[in-house]
Amino acid sequence: MFGKLDLSAIPFHEPIIMGTLVIVMLGGAALLAAVTYYRKWTYLWREWLTSVDHKRIGVMYIILALVMLLRGFADALMMRAQQAIAANGSAGYLPPHHYDQIFTAHGVIMIFFVATPLILGLMNVVVPLQIGARDVAFPFVNSLSFWLSAVGAVLVMMSMFVGDFAATGWVAYPPLSELGYSPTVGVDYYIWSLQVSGLGTLLTGINLVVTILRMRAPGMTLMRMPVFTWTALITNILIIGVFPVLTATLALLSADRYLDMHFFTNELGGNAMMYINLIWVWGHPEVYILILPCFGAFSEIISTFSGKPLFGYKSMVYATSSIGVLSFFVWLHHFFTMGSGANVNAFFGIMTSIISIPTGVKLFNWLFTMFRGRIRYHSSVWWTIGFMVTFAIGGMTGVLLAVPGADFVLHNSLFLVAHFHNVIIGGVLFGCLAAIGFWFPKVFGFTLNELWGKVSFWCWLVGFYLAFMPLYVLGLDGMTRRMNHYDDPTWQPWLVVALIGALVIACGIAALGIQLVVSIRNRNANLDMTGDPWDGRSLEWSTASPAPFYNFAHVPVITSLEPHWDAKKAGTAYVEPAAYEDIHMPRNTGAGFIIAAISLALCFALVWHIWPLAIASLLGMIAAFIVRTYDRDVDYYVPAAEVAAIERARYARLPKTHPTAATRYDEAA
Amino acid sequence: MHPYMDAYMFASLLHRIHRPALRLAAVGSALLLQGCRLALFDPKGDIGNQERHLILLSTGLMLLVVIPVIALTLYFFWRYRATNTEATYAPEWSHSTTIEVVVWTIPCVIVAVLAVLIWRSTHALDPYKALASDRPPVKVEVVALNWKWLFIYPDYGIATVNELVIPAHTPIEFHLTADSLMNSFFIPRLGSQVYAMAGMETRLHLIADEVGTYAGRSSAYSGAGFSGMRFDTIAVNDADFADWIKRTRTSSPALTADGYHALTAPSEHEPARKFGKVEPGLFEHVVDQYMPKAAGGEICGPSDTVARIPSVLDPQHAETLPLTSPAKD
Repeated sequence: MFGKLDLSAIPFHEPIIMGTLVIVMLGGAALLAAVTYYRKWTYLWREWLTSVDHKRIGVMYIILALVMLLRGFADALMMRAQQAIAANGSAGYLPPHHYDQIFTAHGVIMIFFVATPLILGLMNVVVPLQIGARDVAFPFVNSLSFWLSAVGAVLVMMSMFVGDFAATGWVAYPPLSELGYSPTVGVDYYIWSLQVSGLGTLLTGINLVVTILRMRAPGMTLMRMPVFTWTALITNILIIGVFPVLTATLALLSADRYLDMHFFTNELGGNAMMYINLIWVWGHPEVYILILPCFGAFSEIISTFSGKPLFGYKSMVYATSSIGVLSFFVWLHHFFTMGSGANVNAFFGIMTSIISIPTGVKLFNWLFTMFRGRIRYHSSVWWTIGFMVTFAIGGMTGVLLAVPGADFVLHNSLFLVAHFHNVIIGGVLFGCLAAIGFWFPKVFGFTLNELWGKVSFWCWLVGFYLAFMPLYVLGLDGMTRRMNHYDDPTWQPWLVVALIGALVIACGIAALGIQLVVSIRNRNANLDMTGDPWDGRSLEWSTASPAPFYNFAHVPVITSLEPHWDAKKAGTAYVEPAAYEDIHMPRNTGAGFIIAAISLALCFALVWHIWPLAIASLLGMIAAFIVRTYDRDVDYYVPAAEVAAIERARYARLPKTHPTAATRYDEAA
Repeated sequence: MHPYMDAYMFASLLHRIHRPALRLAAVGSALLLQGCRLALFDPKGDIGNQERHLILLSTGLMLLVVIPVIALTLYFFWRYRATNTEATYAPEWSHSTTIEVVVWTIPCVIVAVLAVLIWRSTHALDPYKALASDRPPVKVEVVALNWKWLFIYPDYGIATVNELVIPAHTPIEFHLTADSLMNSFFIPRLGSQVYAMAGMETRLHLIADEVGTYAGRSSAYSGAGFSGMRFDTIAVNDADFADWIKRTRTSSPALTADGYHALTAPSEHEPARKFGKVEPGLFEHVVDQYMPKAAGGEICGPSDTVARIPSVLDPQHAETLPLTSPAKD
């Protein structure tokens, strides 16, 4: 009836886990009580859970990411604390059984449930606004995608309290991840949380590629797309290219674990090297999936706040596209030490270093965007500068790791750990936080508090260097990653410094929280009446803040690369149109939420081998999908009168005088 | 005593007198001193030396472009701040063919040089390549077990656990495999690491240029006991090595099939152990254990286990058996 599930699955004997469970339950109960007390259930269901509005789905992605960041970061702190004390024969406070799950969960959560949803959320919010679309191509699929990702995150969280999580490292190499060596449900939680969220990511990839290719405003040719949209296009093409590989790889691993097959086992002709190749065929493009949209965001930010067009737009487009292509030819650099011949290793080493060419060009282009600009020191600009300096270092250590002869001694060391945190924190995370500060007013109608934004930046920057520079040193001293304890006493001081760095980052995260609270409390003082708080250049700044649910009252006609900037210069911005038309919009639907909720039951049943529930929920998902397919009431028209009312209110709010590009330009001239 | 130990002890002395600022400074200087003795920057063998050189050379090459980029970033950020009305503002300027050509060319040139370096060094440092030496290599067969290392010296018929004794100045030819879980065999001060994987044999060639004891470990996570997969690599002079072989042969027990089977049981922080006699062909059998009757052509037979090592195994087994199935009458 309950498969492998019984009460012993709940780790009552683990005080850390039980304490966390109590906190999570109290927090959850408080949240539910608050929603009930303020009678917000209907609002929550109608306006958010069933929403197909790309901006709201984007916001939900980002909320999911920030919540999971807290969990992933708690894991990081626990690891740093363990390594700071587990020297000289001390076993530390975390036994390997627990510690190994923590570093696995940390990696899985940070990549799949923090970085990925941050990127997907940003692209969801920004792309339709930048191309003059009213929503994405498939609004219901978008809602389904988000909820499938959320289910993946819920499964990872559940694994902490019911059963256990994989103790295999975040890419779950066999044979360790095979049934014989990981007999508990940990790897099964891993598989199904990634399968379900991976499906959501793939659907989003398809959705956004179709949106970008088919729904651009008239006149917006590919070479008039904003750079962020370009990076989003390449990222989503990569998603379509590689997420099926992840799905297939995990499906083969599941076949080994569930159906007694032998794709990757030691026995009966299985070959673990096949898995290692396949997982990195997905895994390396995945890091470009994460970083490219951040490159796009930095481009928009540096150009806007420098008061200049991006230097070398075409170069940027070609650089982005070539990174996309090259990212498919470098996966073997993750295992130079597996015994490939020198020719193979050298080929992949050279291909990897070639990727640094377009990346380097991007850095130069940002530099020359600042050159002869008027840089306003907004916190998003601070994040960008922090990124440019940090990423240059991370890129350099990355190319060093791409030299096979150097990798032979640096592979799997803390040098590697420092490198990828260098590019993921310094690139992806800084990029997403810069982008959140930049586009926040477009979604919520008020700007974020600058002081706390800058406090957060400095904590993150200093914390990052304190936490990860020591790891470079330890890697050069031959310290391996994932060690539960170690016997070299000279490593300990470095690890103590790293722990201090992690605590400084914790202050940075706290500052982010304070920034949000302060900003919401003082929102009336920071309202963005113009829709263009930063003197922006691309289309999204031409509509109101917060952007109305239909984005644009009239679909704009595009004649240049920087339509809003050019309109401001020509004096055609902020001119109220004479008449409005009915607007065709998708209707909200609960189908995505419901299908995803059933998928949670399906994944849980599969993890615990509860076959009746698995069959019932699979049928339930299919049935819900069929019902949705036959639902013909999926769209509606917003009457012109309603649009007119909303727009008139917006134009009435517009300040009589606001700085436009034209006035600024005159000043300069 | 290592030079940095003075500073380290000084730091611990200050720790006792609780003067935080001074203490921090002392720890800092200890760390700095230690930097010069980092394992990868203080290698004890030719391979490690070449790799150290390669790391420094590649880093230097990249710093040629990384340092100017960082410096220019900070300079432009400061120079073109909005409050600096002295600086030129060119609000329309966004293209310059000259600059574009230069910014594409610089990284291309660096990567071209790097590519030549990668191609040459990868071939020179190929772990499978035998080291040039006028002395014949000593062969060591390495089996990664859960969670300890078994070293078999097939030429001497002895074996050790978690202690690798090698002659200095002599190339060592490692043949590696794993009994079940994947590990990576790594002695930082000697150089390259290579994976040890079940059912497969990988190769690695290293040499120690100095007598001494160097830490070795697994650098690929392999489960709960992984952190304890540490071994000492003891490089000794020829006479001591010969003496060690002789003592091990005469005074240590034999590693039998049963003994090997006992070793495969998971255990952590296994103390160093020696075996004066080893079943010939043990390593080949560990490699082939997942391929029963492989030589006979039947791959998908029932899985064999190591427990059933035949007591007499022809060491030439693999070479002499035909690769195709014997013709049936």
